[in-house]
Amino acid sequence: MINKNEVKRVANLARLRLSEEETTQYQQDLNQILQAADKLKLVDTEGIEPTAHAIPLRNVLRLDMTSESLGIDQVLKNGPEITKGYFRVPRIMEE
Amino acid sequence: MELFQRTATELQKMLACSQVTSEQIVQAFINRIEAEDSQMRAYLTITAKEALGAAQASDLRRKQGQPLSKWDGVPIAVKDNMSTKNVRTTCGSKMLEEYIPPYDATVIGRIKNAGMPILGKTNMDEFAMGSSTENSAFAKTHNPVNLQKVPGGSSGGSAAAVAGFEAPWSLGSDTGGSIRQPASFCGVVGLKPTYGLVSRYGLVAYASSLDQIGPIGHRVQDVAALLQLIAGHDYKDSTSVTVSVPDYQASLVADVSGLRIGIAKEFFSEGLNNQVKSAVMRAVQNLSQAGAEVVDVSLPLTDYAIETYYLIATAEASANLARYDGVRYGLRVAGDDSVAMFKHTRAEGFGTEVKRRIMLGTYALSAGYYDAYYKKAQQVRTLIRREFEQAFTQVDVIITPTTPTTAFGFGEKKDPLEMYLSDIYTVTPNLAGVPGLSMPCGVDSNNLPIGVQMIATHFSEPVLLRTAFALEQIQRKGEFNE
Repeated sequence: MINKNEVKRVANLARLRLSEEETTQYQQDLNQILQAADKLKLVDTEGIEPTAHAIPLRNVLRLDMTSESLGIDQVLKNGPEITKGYFRVPRIMEE
Repeated sequence: MELFQRTATELQKMLACSQVTSEQIVQAFINRIEAEDSQMRAYLTITAKEALGAAQASDLRRKQGQPLSKWDGVPIAVKDNMSTKNVRTTCGSKMLEEYIPPYDATVIGRIKNAGMPILGKTNMDEFAMGSSTENSAFAKTHNPVNLQKVPGGSSGGSAAAVAGFEAPWSLGSDTGGSIRQPASFCGVVGLKPTYGLVSRYGLVAYASSLDQIGPIGHRVQDVAALLQLIAGHDYKDSTSVTVSVPDYQASLVADVSGLRIGIAKEFFSEGLNNQVKSAVMRAVQNLSQAGAEVVDVSLPLTDYAIETYYLIATAEASANLARYDGVRYGLRVAGDDSVAMFKHTRAEGFGTEVKRRIMLGTYALSAGYYDAYYKKAQQVRTLIRREFEQAFTQVDVIITPTTPTTAFGFGEKKDPLEMYLSDIYTVTPNLAGVPGLSMPCGVDSNNLPIGVQMIATHFSEPVLLRTAFALEQIQRKGEFNE
């Protein structure tokens, strides 16, 4: 069973601020879903390769060629806060 | 018959012999959307002006004898998770409410290069997470067959737009059934192609190893034609496969003699509605009478598919959705420092189901639980894939119900697990990477459509289309005899 602190730990990893109400709700939901997922323990997977992709593809290469890319104004167009051609974010280091 | 009731193929033929102009067709659909969509809510964004402009340009090209393709001038609707240059792409989320992509997804480029006007962007469950389109941050789409019912999801808007005659055909995306389940609920044809057949470049990612874009239409031949337009290798998507694309129209032959159809009892067990079961078995019987051989196959790991799917899909989603941090695009909610800004932005931008899946996926990937949940699910996935490969040495196509029930009502599935179970028959093809098609095969006592699902091995879309076309011909003959 996942306790509330664990829910908070996961929310922090996922960078989600949860209300108390949400924390309680997701604790209940996660426990219910993970309990169902425990069913997978019944399948013997000893020595079985995990599948990350259903189509076997390895080392997809392409030619090392330059091509046109989006202009800086296009790239910045959707930014919530732009200053002098940069994305602006809250301070990340102490002064 | 009104123009908006025509199939895409019929409209193409009318355009080719100058019976109608693209402008008249597009205008007919815009009028239909204006009259109906305030009730149905299939669209999140209607691009009437752009569509009419594209139609006029198309008419001019035809007049000059230089159409861009056979389909030049036939309009289409597109799910709102495919990037459209200069047209808002919300993915059904408050996070992307104002997002205007600076580029086209590869599939959008392809339909534009074919000369097809885009009528608008269709409603969907937020980030394609859901099975009813109720998780859209903006609107609830109503099933055009019965407005009291959900259209299914997550491509609910794309299926409803076609079934409600607000578009002749549409594009959806399918991660665990998101094309096939709404196609089934709305009574139209939907195809999830083999993983890697269609480029995902410009598709807003949900679970990258499972996502695939595919066509929805009234008839099997429409779906074959639209697949032809979007299939093929794209260097911008490194998981797109370099196979030669066959001529799908050539598979539209109503001949199933010698075809081996597999029936797996695991797809007909408890939880399956009796009316759905008998309609699907009738479809199998029809094909058998037409010369197909019916063979029992066994897919016992189907019982573990939902759990496997939800662990893998949510793990991939938690990683994919980490990009929504309020820095480069999308919503930003202020915070004292960067981490607080991320947390506030994500708390406000994501809806309940998206947060639930991010939480589950983050947990399954976190230290100490990775092996027990994520890796375990990937190993079971290997076994599910092998089980399918084994079955396809015995049969050409496996036939199952698309969904355990017909369309349900709004708010009916309150419990997340209960909602997840409506994907029980559709998630396995995504896990195995094989193609799946859903087509109508009757109605229940409430007149709600029932869907039959056909599954074939990797890159066997021609077999699926041939089987579906044959069944459609049998059904139509029956209709006309009655």
